[in-house]
Amino acid sequence: MTVPGGLPNEYLTSTTSSFSEFLRTHNPDLLPSRNAAAMDTADHGHLAPHGTTIVAAAYADGVVLAGDRRATMGNVIAQRDIEKIFAADEFTGVGIAGSAGIAVDMVRLFQVELEHYEKIESTQLSIEGKANRLATLLRGNLGLAMQGLAAVPLMAGYDRAGKRGRIFSYDVTGGRYEEHAFHAIGSGGYFARGSLKKLHSAGQSRPEAIQVALQALYDAADDDSATGGPDLTRQIFPKIATITARGFAFVDQSEMEQQVTHMMDGRRERPDGPLASTGGA
Amino acid sequence: MSVPFYVSPEQVIKDKADFAQKGIARGRSVIVMQYVGGILLVAENPSHTLHKVSEIYDKIAFAAVGKYNEFENMRVAGVRLADMRGYSYDRSDVTGRSLANAYATTLGTIFTETQKPYEVELVVAEVGDDLESDQIYRLRFDGSVADERAFVAMGGSAEELTSELGRRWNKDVDLQAALRLCVSALSSVSAHSEQIPVNQLEVAVLERDKPRRKFVRLGEDRLAEELGSDASPASTSTVAEDTPGESGGDVGVSDVAGENEPEF
Repeated sequence: MTVPGGLPNEYLTSTTSSFSEFLRTHNPDLLPSRNAAAMDTADHGHLAPHGTTIVAAAYADGVVLAGDRRATMGNVIAQRDIEKIFAADEFTGVGIAGSAGIAVDMVRLFQVELEHYEKIESTQLSIEGKANRLATLLRGNLGLAMQGLAAVPLMAGYDRAGKRGRIFSYDVTGGRYEEHAFHAIGSGGYFARGSLKKLHSAGQSRPEAIQVALQALYDAADDDSATGGPDLTRQIFPKIATITARGFAFVDQSEMEQQVTHMMDGRRERPDGPLASTGGA
Repeated sequence: MSVPFYVSPEQVIKDKADFAQKGIARGRSVIVMQYVGGILLVAENPSHTLHKVSEIYDKIAFAAVGKYNEFENMRVAGVRLADMRGYSYDRSDVTGRSLANAYATTLGTIFTETQKPYEVELVVAEVGDDLESDQIYRLRFDGSVADERAFVAMGGSAEELTSELGRRWNKDVDLQAALRLCVSALSSVSAHSEQIPVNQLEVAVLERDKPRRKFVRLGEDRLAEELGSDASPASTSTVAEDTPGESGGDVGVSDVAGENEPEF
C-alpha cells in the first residue's frame, strides 16, 4: 500500500541488505550500467576522459594506495588534477583506471553499497565480502566495457581479522584476484610494476612505502604518456592514501611535498631512479 | 443474516489509540537529548544486537520504542530512503524533515487503514551546525509529528521522565552532564534499584564537529569512563557494541525468543 509522500511499499517489504540489488529491482535507471544496451558495438572509448595508473603496495602497518593525477582524451590532457583514489569505507580504498565517468559512478555506488550494508546489518562486511561486491558491480558494467568504456578498479583494504593490508585486482569481466605484496593497473601499470619489483619489500615503514609508490608512479609517467608525473610548478602531486588499523587517510600535501622533493633530488643525480642492488654479483 | 454491530468511527479510533499506547508504555524508555556538542541518544536496552538507536545517514539518527519488528521495519525503510536520495541527488540533500514526513504519512496510513496500528514511537534527529539548528522530530503511532527542542523521552515512564528532565536540563550541558542526566533519570524509573549498569545501556551520539558520518556508538568502556566511579563495572559482558565480526546470530535469536521480547 504505497501512499503519496509516504515510504514506498518496497522500502518496507524488501529483504535485501544490498543497495545495488535494491536499485536493480526497484530503480534500475540509477544503475551506472543503464545505458549499455542502447548503444551499438563500436568503440566509444574516445568520447570520455581516461584515468590511468594506480599502484598499491603492502607495508608494515597496512597498505598504500596511490594514483597519478592525469586524465587524457586521445592525445589531449583532459584534466591534470583528477583524483582516482577514493575511500570506499573506513578500512577500504579503491583506485580506478579507465573511463573516468564510469569509474566515478562505480565508486559512488560501491561506497553506498558498503555503508548501506553496514547500517542495515549493524556490522561491516568482511574484506572478502567487499571485494566480491565490487566484482559484482564491475560485472554489471561489462556491456559498456565492450563498447570501449571500461573502468577497472584496484581495491586495497585493511583486514581487521587478519591484521594486515590486502590488495585485490580485477579484470573487466568482474574476475577478482588477490595480489600479494603489490600491484599496479592502468596504462602505466606495467612500468610501475617493474619499478615496484625492484624497490618494494615486505615490512617497509610508512615513509618508505610512500616513497616506493611515488617512485613507481614516476617510472610509469616516464614511459607512459597517459600517466602524469609530479607537477612541481603547479604543486600537483600524486594522490596517496594509507589504510591501516586506524583507517583510511590521505597523505597530506606537506608530507607529499617533502617526499616528492626527496625523490626529485635523487632523480637529479640518477634520472632512472634508485639503483637496485645486484645481489653481490 | 446477522447484522454487524455499529461501532462509531470515534470509538474505533479511540480503541486503536488505546491499544497502541498500552503497547508502547509497556517497554523501557529512550531519551534523545541536545547537548552543546551534538545530540545524545540513550536507551535502556539489555540486548547488544537488537538496537533501539541507530544511524540513518550522515547527520541523521533514529530512536524508537515499542514493538521491535515494527520499528526495525521503519528503520530499514528509512535507511533505504536516505541512501536512495543521497545517491540520486547529493549527500547534503538528505534531510531529517523529509524522512520524518515520510514516516508520518506511512504511520498515519497504517493507523487508519489497518486493523492493528503499529505500536511504535519514533524520533528522527538531525544534528545541525549549532544548538538552534538541530532538529528533533517525534512521531507517534498515529502519524502525528511534533518538532521538539531540548529533549524527548518516550516509552515506559515517558511522562515522569519528561518532568524530571524538564527540571534539570539546560542548554549548556556537555556530553558528560547530559549522559549523567539521562542515565540517572532512566535509573529512577527503571526496575533496577540502583543506577542501570553500563552493559544494559545503549548509547550513541551525533557529534556536531565530526566530518561526514556523525553517528558514533559509545561502548561500555567509554560509558564507564564518562559516568565515573559510580557506574557499575561491566563485569559480565565485555562485548563492545557494534564490533564488526561479533557473532550476532545466536545472541539475536535468543533475544527474540527469550523473555526480553515484549519489553522493547
